[in-house]
Amino acid sequence: MEEKVEIIGTDEKQEFIINMGPQHPSTHGVLRLVVSLQGETVKNIQPHIGYIHRGIEKMCESITWPQIIHLTDRMDYLSAHQNNEAVCLLVEKALEVDIPDRIKYIRTIMSELSRLQSHQLFWATFGMDLGGQTCYFYGLRDREMILDIFEETTGGRMLVSYNCPGGLMYDLHPDFQKKVKDYIKYFREKLPEYDAILTGNVIFRERTVGIGTLTLADAISFGITGPSARASGFSCDIRKHEPYSAYDRVKFNEVLFTEGDTCHRYLARVEEMRESMDIIEQLIDNIPEGQYAVKMKPVIKLPEGEYFQRVETARGELGVFVISDGNKNPYRVKFRSPNFANLGVLNHISKGFKIADLIAISGSLDLIIPDIDR
Amino acid sequence: MRFDFIASYVSALTEPWWKIFYDFSILNRAVDEWLKGSFSPFWTTVIEMVVVGVVFLLFYAVVGLFLVYAERKVCAFIQNRLGPNRIGPYGIFQTIADLVKLLFKEIIPIKNADSLLFNIAPYIVIIVNFMALAAIPYAKGLHAIDFNIGIFYILAVSSMSVIGVLLAGWSSNSKYSLIGAMRSGAQIVSYELSIGLALITIVILSGTMQLSEIVEAQRTGWFIFKGHIPAVIAFVIYVISSTAEINRGPFDMAEAESELTAGYHTEYSGIKFAFFYLAEYINMFIVASIAATMFLGGWMPFHIGNWEGFNMIMDFIPPFVWYIGKTFFIIWIIMLFKWTFPRLRIDQLLTLEWKYLLPINLVNVLIMAFLVLKGWHF
Repeated sequence: MEEKVEIIGTDEKQEFIINMGPQHPSTHGVLRLVVSLQGETVKNIQPHIGYIHRGIEKMCESITWPQIIHLTDRMDYLSAHQNNEAVCLLVEKALEVDIPDRIKYIRTIMSELSRLQSHQLFWATFGMDLGGQTCYFYGLRDREMILDIFEETTGGRMLVSYNCPGGLMYDLHPDFQKKVKDYIKYFREKLPEYDAILTGNVIFRERTVGIGTLTLADAISFGITGPSARASGFSCDIRKHEPYSAYDRVKFNEVLFTEGDTCHRYLARVEEMRESMDIIEQLIDNIPEGQYAVKMKPVIKLPEGEYFQRVETARGELGVFVISDGNKNPYRVKFRSPNFANLGVLNHISKGFKIADLIAISGSLDLIIPDIDR
Repeated sequence: MRFDFIASYVSALTEPWWKIFYDFSILNRAVDEWLKGSFSPFWTTVIEMVVVGVVFLLFYAVVGLFLVYAERKVCAFIQNRLGPNRIGPYGIFQTIADLVKLLFKEIIPIKNADSLLFNIAPYIVIIVNFMALAAIPYAKGLHAIDFNIGIFYILAVSSMSVIGVLLAGWSSNSKYSLIGAMRSGAQIVSYELSIGLALITIVILSGTMQLSEIVEAQRTGWFIFKGHIPAVIAFVIYVISSTAEINRGPFDMAEAESELTAGYHTEYSGIKFAFFYLAEYINMFIVASIAATMFLGGWMPFHIGNWEGFNMIMDFIPPFVWYIGKTFFIIWIIMLFKWTFPRLRIDQLLTLEWKYLLPINLVNVLIMAFLVLKGWHF
């Protein structure tokens, strides 16, 4: 039997093909990028996805609504709370349940804490993608404390599963408000450190400014959402445009830049950390008393019809589209995940840059692979 | 032959034993005379070479292990961690445990790799290290070979390590390794120029290439103070470009963990990987030694002109303590670089060298030559 031996692979265009992933330190998971290179310059990128496809949408068709909540945790694991919330909001909208303010407030605070820890992890890994390994430990140090707060109230650290249709799983831990206030105070002091070690660094600026520029038109036509799109000037914050939970009661700015390069995608997230802290500070002292969950029917059946609900996760717009035939299981579920759309633009904006820039650009899009594959 | 080595070597000392800490040539002479009394000149030379070789092997291992441990502690300090703290007090035996682990690990043969070059590459890097170590003056009289072109020799052999890196990347039959090796080639060849010119600035000032004389010339003051601003500029350029030369962050293109997994040594495992790993740290030690010798006076204590009393107090600290202190100070600076800055891109790296460091360096050499010509230095 003849064995095919490939010493150094080039394709017919004499380009150097490398497989980045599925196991590679900078793809943050099992994403595989087939990269064509000419020297160090990236000519073409072909993402291969599906290495962590679990068929979440299909699985949803055979389980009940309270069970689906726990599956959505596993899509974008850093925005677990927002994913839960999307499904819960959809069920509550379909059943026209009136949600008390306490639940809305707690959901909003939890969402923002989730966003904060997600952006901290982004900051940590982005620093590491650029070669600054100290960033990783700074980011994780602060993120651990949020996870501890989560653990105390919800029992979970990453996959919190704190929402359920009609409210929340448990009431808040008695120490929750005090700990969150302490944490915000602590992190306001630590955030300038982040800027000192990375944002202001001349090497960091050289590496990111003008790299992988995404124009506003491209951002809209590729369906980019979240901080990546807002860095290009695309106002797409669901929290502003279609407020849910308690977002209509808080004052915050939608972080918008016009440059759209890697640096501003990074800055958008750092600024969002500040906005998140503002939102939490406005709500944390005003959580109303009341019940933490509305009594729902034991078996939740959505009336026949089509439903759509979107929320703003840490990475962009998560849309849940459901067709119900009146049974206890959905007939069809489709998640419009932000990362899938964000991955699509990678080839478009990183052509012509170097390998190191490709890593920086894919880092700045902040891709979460399980959310792409689902 | 009787094994009363210790007794006879103590009796061969003509001066108090503690004086050897200030001048190792006393010890060298004593051992040499004792050996000559027992063996023919040929065997004396052979035995001396073997002894020096064994001492260097031990030195290499100890310095390598210590630097790995030091780096872990320094980076843990910067990153709010504890670092190794399980094996031995403060984890000082951690690197030894790691070395034992690496010794026992399987060396995975790579399919379609050029096995001769693949196996030879780590040894080239190690041999080059040894060659450079031999020419460094560690203390007064503690100097394996004192070439009259010492600094030129060190520059020549240390740039040979790129051959090992290139071979490793080329023969691995791995694309990441190949890119890493090519980057490393471009980088080392470029930064070799800056290192050379920065050292030439000091050679102009001292008027000799012999390392022992360079150290001796700094008896009245270290060159970084004697050479005015050009020496300081040369020192800064040397530290930057030597960091690049030894492939360390923020210039670690060849390894670039987040881009190329591990660069040129991606495919190596076990003790061969450990060789590359150790060589990287010994390289750091070598460039720090050269910086200490050329700019900070090597083993020479801190002297100020003709302040007799002050100079005598400084002389009280043994030379090798001065040497180790200066070398580790520079190693510490190089470590801080790595753990603070993000990595440059390959084209920015070359831009920095060819568009900034090289022109500055050329002008700097001219200024230094002018200073020396006019006799304006101290």
